[in-house]
Formats: sequence, C-alpha cells, structure tokens
Amino acid sequence: MNLNDKISDKAPARIGFYICHCGTNIAGALDVPAVRDYVAKMPGVIVARDYKYMCSDPGQELLGKDITEHKLNRIVVASCSPLLHENTFRKALEKAGLNPFYFQMVNIREHVAWVHTDKPGATRKAKDLCSAAVRRVKFHKFLEKKKVPYHPDVLVVGAGIAGIQAALTMANAGKKVYLVEREPSIGGHMAMFDKTFPTLDCAACILTPKMSAVKSHPNITLWTYSEVAKTEGSAGNFKVTVKRKPRYVKEELCVGCNDCIDNCVFKEPKFADEFNMGLGKRKPVYMPFPQATPHVALIDAETCLHFKTGKCKQSCAEACDRKAIDFNQKEEIKEIQVGTLLLATGFEVFDAAKDPYYGYGVHPGVYTSLEIERLVNASGPTNGEIVLRDGRKPKSVGIIHCVGSRDAKTNKWCSRVCCMYSLKLAHLIKEHTGAEVYNFYIDMRTPGKMYEEFYDRLLEEGVHFVRGRVSEVSDFAMSPEEEGKLILRAEDTLAGFVRRVPVDMVVLSTGLTPKKDSQTVARLFNIGRSPEGFFQERHPKLAPVNTFTDGIFIAGCCQGPKDIPDTVAQAGAAAAEALALIDKAYIELEPDTAFVVEDTCSGCKSCVPLCPYTAVSFDEVKKKAVINETLCKGCGTCVAACPSGSIKQNLFEDEQIFSEIEGVLTND
Amino acid sequence: MADKPKIAFYWCASCGGCEEAVVDLAEDILSVVSAVDIVLWPVAMDFKKADIEAMPDGSIAASLINGAIRTSEQEEFVRLLRKKSGAVISFGSCACTGGIPSLANQFEKERILSYVYEQAPSVINELKTRPQLESKGDEGHSLELPAFREMVRPLDEVIKVDYYLPGCPPTPKLIKEAVTALLTGKLPPAGSTLAPDTALCEECPRKDSKPADLAISEFKMPSGAVIDPEKCMLAQGFICMGPATRGGCEALCIKGNMPCTGCFGPTSRVKDQGAKMLSCVASSAAGKEDAEIDKTLAGIPDPVGTFYRYGLAKCRLRGKADRVPGKGVRQKA
Ligand SMILES: Cc1cc2nc3c(=O)[nH]c(=O)nc-3n(C[C@H](O)[C@H](O)[C@H](O)COP(=O)(O)OP(=O)(O)OC[C@H]3O[C@@H](n4cnc5c(N)ncnc54)[C@H](O)[C@@H]3O)c2cc1C
Ligand code: SF4
Ligand code: SF4
Ligand code: SF4
Ligand code: SF4
Repeated sequence: MNLNDKISDKAPARIGFYICHCGTNIAGALDVPAVRDYVAKMPGVIVARDYKYMCSDPGQELLGKDITEHKLNRIVVASCSPLLHENTFRKALEKAGLNPFYFQMVNIREHVAWVHTDKPGATRKAKDLCSAAVRRVKFHKFLEKKKVPYHPDVLVVGAGIAGIQAALTMANAGKKVYLVEREPSIGGHMAMFDKTFPTLDCAACILTPKMSAVKSHPNITLWTYSEVAKTEGSAGNFKVTVKRKPRYVKEELCVGCNDCIDNCVFKEPKFADEFNMGLGKRKPVYMPFPQATPHVALIDAETCLHFKTGKCKQSCAEACDRKAIDFNQKEEIKEIQVGTLLLATGFEVFDAAKDPYYGYGVHPGVYTSLEIERLVNASGPTNGEIVLRDGRKPKSVGIIHCVGSRDAKTNKWCSRVCCMYSLKLAHLIKEHTGAEVYNFYIDMRTPGKMYEEFYDRLLEEGVHFVRGRVSEVSDFAMSPEEEGKLILRAEDTLAGFVRRVPVDMVVLSTGLTPKKDSQTVARLFNIGRSPEGFFQERHPKLAPVNTFTDGIFIAGCCQGPKDIPDTVAQAGAAAAEALALIDKAYIELEPDTAFVVEDTCSGCKSCVPLCPYTAVSFDEVKKKAVINETLCKGCGTCVAACPSGSIKQNLFEDEQIFSEIEGVLTND
Repeated sequence: MADKPKIAFYWCASCGGCEEAVVDLAEDILSVVSAVDIVLWPVAMDFKKADIEAMPDGSIAASLINGAIRTSEQEEFVRLLRKKSGAVISFGSCACTGGIPSLANQFEKERILSYVYEQAPSVINELKTRPQLESKGDEGHSLELPAFREMVRPLDEVIKVDYYLPGCPPTPKLIKEAVTALLTGKLPPAGSTLAPDTALCEECPRKDSKPADLAISEFKMPSGAVIDPEKCMLAQGFICMGPATRGGCEALCIKGNMPCTGCFGPTSRVKDQGAKMLSCVASSAAGKEDAEIDKTLAGIPDPVGTFYRYGLAKCRLRGKADRVPGKGVRQKA
C-alpha cells in the first residue's frame, strides 16, 4: 500500500481531533465537550469529536471513516498513554490509507485525569496539551519503518540454574547459544546445595544432568571463567566482547583426571577453598568441585609457586601426560555477534558480618546458611558430616531467619526463600546429627506448592519454633547450662517473654541481595535497576522477564529473590520471549531515528563518542559524522549535543518541538 | 551623486571596533566610498538626526548598524533608520547577538547603576547622585538624557533586520562581500546571515587533530598555559567555541594560536549558542562521579563569560531572577 508520500508533507493540514472518554476515567475528571469545542476552533482542524472508547473497534472505524470522508491528513487522539495505544491508532491510520506517522497522541488520562482533582484546572491543562499536539502534528512528516534482519544467535550471561535452563531451552529449539560464566564451573548456587526444598530431592541429581547437557550440546558454546567486557548495538544486532581469563590448563586437552593435583608440589591442600566457603582447603591447582563443568582443572596464579616465585619444579605439568598445563596461557578476547542477550547473573547472600549482634566472624560456632549447605553436602569439606570448627558434633542448633531481610537497618525486602531453606536445613541437621533444632522466625512464609505441608512435617519432626527476632548471640553465660555455649536471646512474641536459648551452633539464614557489581553490569548492558539494586523488569506483572532495552531479557535471582521453581519458570519464559523475536527473523525499526545533515556538519566529532548504542561514527574520507540508523534508538543525545545543529531527529525536529511548546504556553 | 545608492552607518552599544573594521578595508574603502553616497557615519562625518528625518522614507539603500541596544536614544535612532532604509544590516556581534555589552544582562539594572555610580572603587559620590532623565540647569534650561533600559537587546528585537553580518568585528573579507552583494543586488533571501552556515571546525586547520573520543579531565585557561600551535584546542583542554560557532572568519584566532571565543554566533540551526556549547562540552568531560565532574568543571571559572561571551542577549533563559533581600525573588524585565 502506498501511504501518501513525501509530497503530502507540504499539503495544507486537514486535522481530525478525537477525544476519548475512557468510560468515566477521563470524562469524570474533565469537561470533555469543552476540550473538543476548544480544539474545533483551532486553524486546520476539520473535525473534532469525542467518543466513549476510542480504542474500541467502532472508535477506530470512526477515525478511518473521517479520514476518507473529510480527506483528513493529520490525526490527533487525546486519550491514554501512547505506551498503550499509540500503535492501535497508527494502525487505524494505516488502514485508512494515511501514513501512520501523521499522528500525535495526547495522554490526558495518566497526565491529566488521574492526577488532578480540580475539574476546571484539569480541563484547562487538557486544552493546552491538545493545542500543543494540534500545532505539532502539522509539521509531522511521511516516515517509514525499516526492517532489518534479526541475528538468530543468543548470548546467555551467568550459568546458574536460570542460565542453564534458558540456554538449554533455546539450544533445543535449534538456536546457537553462547553461555558465559564468570566462575570456573557452571551451576551457580544450586550446585552448592545437598537437597532442595520442599521435595528434598538431591540437588546434584537434578542439576548435574543439565550441566552435562550444556557441556555436550552441539548448539551451546560454553565459556566459563569468562566475562563480558563490552556490548555494542541493539536488539537483533549486538556485538559483544568476551574476556576469557587464563586457567593455565588447556580446556580442550584436559580430561579431569586430577593427576596434576595429586602431583602438585604442595603435598597437602593449603588454601581456602572458595566453593566450600573457605571451610575446606585446596591446592593452587584444583578442581572446583567433583561435578564441576567443564571438568577441567585450573591453576590459581595467586597461590601457585611458579607464578609467585618462578621457582617451582612444575611437577603438575610433568604429571599431565596430555600436556594440558600451559603456564603461558594469556587472557583471550572473543568478539561475537548475537541478536539477543539473556542475563541470569543471580544473587549474592547478605554479608552476615554486617549484622554485628549475631557474632559472625567472632564466635566460631556461628555459620551462614550457605556454609551449612556445604557441610551437609556429601561432597563438601566434611563429606556431609555436620561438625563444628573444633570437630565436635553439635547437640543443639539455633537457626535465625531473616538475617539481612525484612530489616530496616539492612535490607527491607523479604528474600522469599530463607524460611523454606531454614526448614530444609533444620530437617537436614536433625537428620544428620539428631541435635535439638530451634528456628527463630518473624513470620513463617511458606507460599508455594507443598511448602506449607513441608512446614507441617517439620513441626511433627520435633523441630522447635520460636516466633521472635533474635536480638543477640553471645557467649556470656548466666547459668551453668549456658557455660561454653552460644546464647540466643529473643523475645518469644507468642509466649510473651524473653527467652535465652543456649546452643552449640548458630545458623544465620542470610537473605538474598543484588550482586555487588550489579550496577556495573546493568551499565554494561544498558538496562535499569530497581531501587534495591536487582535488575528492573519492564513491567512487574505483564513483562517480568523483559527489560526496558529491547532484545535483552532477565531471568532468575538477578531480577529479585526467588526459589528454584520460580527461577526455572522465569528462565523458560525468557527463552520463549527470545525465541519469539528470533523466529520473526527481522526487527522493525521505529523511524524516530536521528540523521546527520551532511552539508552542514562541520566534522567536529563532538557527537561520535556520545551515542549509548554506538550508532555514530566518523567518515574519515568525507570528514563528516554518520549515523547508522539501524543502531540508532532515537534517544536524542547526539541531537542535543551537536553544537552546530546538524543532527536532526525524525518526529523530534525543532519546528515540531517548538510549535508544541508554543501550544502549551498559548493560554487564551 | 544623486544616482549613487545611499548608505548609512550607525553605532549603538559598541566599542567602535566595527567602525574600525570598515576603515580596515584599506584601499577597498575608497572604491566603496566612491560607489556610494554616505548619508550618515557618526564616527567619521558630521550629520545631524534632522538630516535623516528630512529624507523620504525608504530612500537609504542600506543602513549598516552595529552595537547592541540599551538606551531609548538607540531605539529611537534605529527605528528612524528602519523607516528610511530599504535594507537594514545588523553589523557585528553586538547588533546580531548582544555581544560583550549583553554580559550585563547577568545583573539587574539597579545593581549596575548602584555599582557604577556608588560602589566602584574609583567613585566618590557622597550625595549618591544618579543621572536623571531630565534635569534643570541653573539658568532654567532643561537637559534630557536617554533612558537606560532593563536589558541589553540585539538589534532584531527592536527593529526588523534584513541581513546579519557577524563577527567581533566582521572580517574585511565578509564586509567587502556584503557590500558588493548590496551594490550588485545579488543578495540571498532576507533574514540570511552573510557568512557560511557551517561551524568553524570545518575550516579549522587543526581539525584533523581533534580526537573522536575527547575526554577532557582538565580545562585550562589560555592565560595560564602553553598552547601547542598544532593541536586542536579542545584536545588540549582549552574551551574552543569552534564547534558551536559559525565559520567564515577563516579561523583567525586559531591561526593566532588562541581558541575561538565564539564571536560569529551560532549557525542558523541553533537558537542558543552557549547552551549548545555547554551541552557539547559537558558530554566531553571525563569522569562519571559528581566529585570528578566538579573538579573538571572548576577549570571553567566563568561559564557565562565563556559560553555566552557574545550571545547572552540571545540566551533562551531570560529574565534572570534577582533575589532582593526581604523582597523575595524579582523577575527582570
Ligand atoms: C542457602 C540457600 C539455600 C537455598 N535452597 C534452596 C532450595 O532448597 N530450593 C530452592 O528452590 N531454592 C533454594 N535457594 C534459592 C536458589 O539458590 C535460587 O533460586 C537459585 O540459585 C537462583 O538461580 P540463578 O541462576 O538465578 O542464580 P545463581 O545461582 O546465583 O547463578 C548465577 C550465576 O551467574 C554467574 N554470574 C554472576 N555474575 C556474572 C557475570 N557478570 N558474568 C558471568 N557470570 C556471572 C554466577 O557465577 C553464577 O554461576 C536457596 C538459596 C540459598 C541462599
Ligand atoms: S590438567 Fe592434565 S593432569 Fe590435570 S586434570 Fe587435566 S588432564 Fe589431568
Ligand atoms: S539519537 Fe543519536 S545518540 Fe541517540 S541513539 Fe540515535 S544516534 Fe545514538
Ligand atoms: S556534532 Fe554535529 S557538526 Fe560535529 S561532527 Fe557531529 S554532526 Fe557534525
Ligand atoms: S575545536 Fe577549535 S581548535 Fe578544535 S578543530 Fe574546532 S575550531 Fe579547531
């Protein structure tokens, strides 16, 4: 369909104006007929109407009929937010044979009706905004949407359960997936757990098959020990630079036989082992954990004798008959082209030392929940035995919920999983040690399928529950039975008095927080964060895995605290959203892009570094700036910055903006 | 003589440099003088206002008016010239964009007068005498002085202007071209500026040395640093108004190893030269954190004088509010 052409830009404006009642949403808050009559008198306005629901089929048909009958060439609709219905009305114009960009929408619902209570004032403001739109729309020009191919490959960042699930879903659909993980192995937090609530199924048993599926999948390129260093471009066409840290072991040669580790000059493991939260030790050459994927050793240059002194006899390298060890490995830079990015960078647990009353780091008997996860784990530092740092088996254990959650002094939010994992740990501790277990909680939050049932089961198992926030953990004994113990002091809000409970071991159920580098990562990918620092979804209900940047999705705990079932569901949703974009195969570019007026550009280069989407470059032959309209997202930064006024932006040209301002300010 | 086109030169709030520029045409001035009939040129010849008033309307081919407008007398005279002239040419930065005199728009009229007549260190005025619009002499005669307006305005805010000739002062080359165009009738559409419409960087000999990823971490003043004679000024940390300033000066200042200060005003597409340069410089400043940014910007001690040296009268932000103790905020006219 030929929708007019550039010549029609110059034809005298014949404007149709429509004001919507939105039921009583708008009509109840301002005088709709008065606004209609006010606009009807403006120069160029041919028809001015009001209608109950402009977005309804009859509303759109009314618009189309007027365009044909009255030969309208510009349309203004005053109704709700353009976010909701701009597309609806543009389509209605298009259907009636008018270029969809000869259109301006006025938001008199969110900007007027919903925010004002004074009816005459609201009517006045609506008139001003409508008059601005009517003046502006005269300067609208013929524009076309361009289609560009959408690159089918995907990059998933973070390989916890969220990243793994999303990568597998998309790879199974035949898409090529790059999976980048910062740590030497994939698996994230879930790989650290022994059992998972509420089913108590073995975490490794359900996770490791997925981990090996990732490793062996023909469509997945897995880069562990790697990080994204730079992203450029936009939806459909991202260019991403990935840094691969040297592990000093050639991934393609190593078979994970552990000979190097056995033959390391350090006969005994000596260095704190990260995966076991420092509860165990490892050598400078090590395997993160038995099921680590990829199953490849790595050397930690910080502790390796060769890197520290240059004087090691390198017995590990000698022991490796596959000659996999390479002390000269360098950081590797990979550049890839993808259409979609999916972020699944997970969470961090609250730093327990920030809550000084609980004595973490002071009393050896105080542990974090993640440490206990490692202690109960059969492949953990104690082979699954729950023992104190001095080797004793605890006879009594206190578990404190909500450490760094629901607390005005630290983090206000509920971390959603701590009650449930505290119940899980209570069960496991009881099962492993037979100890008396006390759970101190504020409210027991068990929303989820089979979750409340799990709580009931714990009640039956004889775990004690005290409702109240623990005020302090101390080793100050006030009676003989408190001697040598840690004493938890809490007001039992159900019983109505303060309890002192002496125990051997204290477990702090630390909450889930955004990762420390979440701001840097958000900037790197040009997405937003919500106030507490988790990545911001586009809409809390209707677009939970989308971000405000097209082509970038989020899944799992990087978006907010959640358990594994929710994480996996989100990962699936994000993968489906990504697949929908990829399978469409092209992306339509909004025409509100910027362009350089070559004749007048002085070549000052001021604009070149400013574009957040790297759409601006410098043509060294012509000595002029050029904008790649495929990359331009119409943010307007370069337009505002060009000191000679040589960049224009479609739909935001000076005459459009100035006439709009005039419209708002002309108050008669 | 009657057949020669009549030309008027006039000056308002200006320094006299624009007059000097006309004289600077050197031998070319003679050919101009012989080709036209100069009916008004206060700096060089003696004419009276009444002579002009006596002329028929529209009989002056062109009036070249320099200087900004501050007083009632200037308003009166340029209105008269407008009536008598076919074309009015706004000559030089002060007429076009307010020029240096319009830097006074930072201050309220009352503050200016009280400083000049009372507070300035060189003033002794115990009676706090101020010039009056009208004063009576001892012998009964009365004396009238022009009114001092609230603000300095460019010429085109007082009368309709047909052409603009920018520069502080306009270069001899541009003046000659403008006069030639006038005499031959080969003029661009009314409202045009008689200079190129690209920014100075285009014709700057240092253009190639300007990097694309300018990240300025320290701004320097030309008075306090050695200037590399080859490298782009901005790349060295000197504020150069070149990117936001209309070309046509042939980069005279840059060739003299001084940064552009912006006297040619903005291009036709820009409404506010200072604001444009500010946003351009702000985006080239290195540093992301507030403290770093503050440190960098401390190198520009006088932002208004730097970015609006010649254009404050055209600044979009008008009517600077003055906080008068006890009276709250008062808006300037
Ligand atoms: C103590 C404890 C016990 C729990 N027990 C249970 C349970 O029993 N059942 C249950 O359902 N839930 C449980 N949870 C919740 C569960 O851990 C989360 O739901 C789940 O791990 C979230 O997965 P994720 O992939 O979003 O994040 P993560 O597991 O945190 O994975 C994120 C991954 O991304 C990587 N990464 C981070 N940043 C980058 C980067 N910039 N570049 C590259 N890679 C990066 C990380 O290294 C990590 O591998 C528990 C949580 C805790 C703290
Ligand atoms: S590096 Fe060699 S010795 Fe070490 S685990 Fe790999 S294959 Fe075995
Ligand atoms: S408007 Fe300019 S800065 Fe913004 S995306 Fe487009 S080219 Fe880049
Ligand atoms: S900022 Fe403007 S004048 Fe300078 S290079 Fe960019 S488009 Fe050209
Ligand atoms: S900024 Fe100044 S010195 Fe640099 S290229 Fe432009 S005019 Fe020349």
